[in-house]
Amino acid sequence: MSNTLDLSQFFDTFFDEADELLAQMEQLLLELDVDTPDIEQLNAIFRAAHSIKGGAATFGCFQHLAETTHLLENLLDEIRRGEMALRTDMIDTFLETKDVLKSQLDAYRASAVPDEETFSRICGILRQIADEHREALQGGGSISASPTASAAAVAVATPEVSTAQPAPVAVAAVAPAASSAATSTDTSLPLCVRISGVSGKDAQSLLEEMGHLGRVLGHEQGAESLTVWVDSTCSADDIEAVCCFIVDGDQIGISREAYGAQVPAASPSAAAPTIVAAATPAPAAVQQAAQEAASVVAQAQSTSASDISITSNAAPVAPSTPAAPRAAAKPAAGASGADKENTSIRVGVEKVDQVINLVGELVITQAMLAQIASTLDPVLHDRLLNGMEQLERNARDLQESVMSIRMMPMDYVFSRFPRVVRDIATKMGKQIELQTIGRATELDKSLIERIIDPLTHLVRNSLDHGIETPEKRIAAGKDPVGNLMLSAQHSGGNIVIEVSDDGGGLNRERLLQKAISQGIAISENASDDEVWQLIFAPGFSTAEKVTDISGRGVGMDVVRRNIQDMGGHVQLSSTPGEGTTTRIVLPLTLAILDGMSVRVGQETFILPLNHVTESLQPTSDQIYSVTGNERVLLVRGEYLPLVEMHRVFDVAGAQADPMQAIAVIMQAQERRFALLVDHLVGQHQVVVKNLESNYRKVPGVSAATILGDGSVALIIDVFALARANREKSFSAEALLN
Amino acid sequence: MAAKPQSHHARVEDAGSEFLVFTLGEEEYGIDILKVQEIRGYDAAVVTRIANVPTFIKGVTNLRGIIVPIVDLRIKFNLGKVEYNEQTVVIILNLDRRVVGIVVDGVSDVLMLNAGQIRPAPEFGATLSTEYLTGLGTVDERMLILVDIERLMTSDEMALVEKVAS
Repeated sequence: MSNTLDLSQFFDTFFDEADELLAQMEQLLLELDVDTPDIEQLNAIFRAAHSIKGGAATFGCFQHLAETTHLLENLLDEIRRGEMALRTDMIDTFLETKDVLKSQLDAYRASAVPDEETFSRICGILRQIADEHREALQGGGSISASPTASAAAVAVATPEVSTAQPAPVAVAAVAPAASSAATSTDTSLPLCVRISGVSGKDAQSLLEEMGHLGRVLGHEQGAESLTVWVDSTCSADDIEAVCCFIVDGDQIGISREAYGAQVPAASPSAAAPTIVAAATPAPAAVQQAAQEAASVVAQAQSTSASDISITSNAAPVAPSTPAAPRAAAKPAAGASGADKENTSIRVGVEKVDQVINLVGELVITQAMLAQIASTLDPVLHDRLLNGMEQLERNARDLQESVMSIRMMPMDYVFSRFPRVVRDIATKMGKQIELQTIGRATELDKSLIERIIDPLTHLVRNSLDHGIETPEKRIAAGKDPVGNLMLSAQHSGGNIVIEVSDDGGGLNRERLLQKAISQGIAISENASDDEVWQLIFAPGFSTAEKVTDISGRGVGMDVVRRNIQDMGGHVQLSSTPGEGTTTRIVLPLTLAILDGMSVRVGQETFILPLNHVTESLQPTSDQIYSVTGNERVLLVRGEYLPLVEMHRVFDVAGAQADPMQAIAVIMQAQERRFALLVDHLVGQHQVVVKNLESNYRKVPGVSAATILGDGSVALIIDVFALARANREKSFSAEALLN
Repeated sequence: MAAKPQSHHARVEDAGSEFLVFTLGEEEYGIDILKVQEIRGYDAAVVTRIANVPTFIKGVTNLRGIIVPIVDLRIKFNLGKVEYNEQTVVIILNLDRRVVGIVVDGVSDVLMLNAGQIRPAPEFGATLSTEYLTGLGTVDERMLILVDIERLMTSDEMALVEKVAS
């Protein structure tokens, strides 16, 4: 029965959770104070490693992941129990291990085999740390760990290995949680399984199952309870998993105890040596046991996809088990479980997108109805029109709240930078303090994922070129510790993300020199802004030497391209000696857009409203022709290139006389141009529909939308038009690039 | 997703496969019915033209909220007169998670053809490469040109799918 269960359906859940756990682990590792590590944090790191290992081992097909986490977990366990002193180099190793784990996880996710070389290397390093520690322990009494403690540490390794190489029954074990109590006790003792609330029949079948798993030393059967002592090579969670086929996980309690130890209080001394918590009844141990229990609950919660939950709470039938730590464990476990359950649910992105699509449909239908209703006599159809108004309001509210589901806090992006900053600062011998502002600022999920790479690039640039070395900073009379600030804030319908450093700033002279040597045309007395724009030119780098962090000159142009693709733009400001600020302005969402619909011939197009600055009807004295074919429009002293929509999009029957048409002044980045259309129709909020999902990228068009009458209108890609205009050609290639 | 078990089923029993038969001019074509999502009338008013594309791409239309490209196979296959009347229909295809519409002169039948009724296609000229044909089907006196529609629609020459970045 257990072999037929297909576990692959749980893989995605496991991958997602492991991802989260790794991120959490990294964050905790970075926060950790090497000299006085916080026991809470150490425990949390250990729990994360433990959960990943448990999950990986359960599925049985992620050996690399299971083994790496196993080694990591052993070290973490010794550290959190104070048997090993934490060193900075260990944190580095752990962080590296986390990276390896992440790449292993990614490999598994892509159904590939993780890199064998990095795997054996990192395992080697981890083993070496463990070995060094063991030697130090054996070598002399300099470390205050007692012999029993080290014996316990060795004992930990043995039962855990069995989970890494799962026995057949482990296939069914969805819960990664090893019974924490079992890991800290002697394996030579039999497993004591306590099950509450079972009928006589179930008890019988449970006994039989136990018989298959190992040698049943004896059992006690109460009215509704069963206690079995089994001598088995299976791990506690394997047994628990098997029992779960008959009873619920929370009815089961497993610990290692000598057979007959469950003699009520009469002989507490007999139980004492067998239970670790009871053997060391210090408050610390109680707290630790509580945390372990809590972690088991947390893990059980996280495997909710399987509908099996396992807790190690005290079974009512076992009053003589170490009551103190278990009682403590219970409320803690309950609290952490409740938190997780109430705060969020995990939903597939495609489901959310489906809801968003449907709401988009609703809004379009509503617009269609409104269009029809507007032709009705308001006096005669008073109630209908009132209803329409209400529908419009509700549809808009619904759309807004559905859109907010896709919103994620910027913390998702910012949280990865402490690590980047730490790594680079160490590598470059710089001292850098990272400050983040507006972590709670929300942004659409699709945008937040796409902003990571450009932002990482900007941060690396600031660290590499911006902030100087401590010596240089002291020489310049600045604080040796450089400051890097990341901030995010909403501004109208946009989000503004800033990366600022207090480094040397951009060097105008060097930029100009470099530009001239690279053959980029720029005048000596160009404005600062124009000079700063140079760094966005392809292949432009002012770094004196190429480092592996940045300086290859591929990058800033890619950054700008990426951001433009998201419908945003980049601005730069810099003061020599005081630092540089890069400012990214992005729309909050890509799913809806404020658009202006225009008509050209018989066709309707949508212009993104945030690029429209004004519109006017040109007069003959405003239009000048350049080189015969090109025309410019003079608007308040500024000559703007005139782009005719009907020529770009090859529309028949459009207004050919500019004097009869409307010129819409568009702004793309710092470039302005006049777009010639027949009529302005109106402003709407439109639902953006991807053309690529069923078709392909269309030159000059960023997306499409559905109008109130059900027809499709194309949304103009302003940047592509501006670029194509600059290159003086509207061929499909120029528009696409 | 639903297509998978069914195509499997067809292979195992060798009971042949079902084809949707449509006409282009005088010719009869057959495509795997499992690729067909629905059939609708053609309404030129709701097809939005796209600039700078091959003529056989009529444009895009709104199919219950999704944007679907419309291809006129008659233009693609060079079938002399192309007119749009009340007989003209659009077959909406579902190909590898993409939805595409094809304009044809009319839909006539759904026929079951077993392996014995399908002959390999001879070499044709350049308009319709043999590469895109499953074969020629014979039903009574009729000849059906069986098209591997998925392969045809995702081919480079249809320019419907973005070329894989090199």
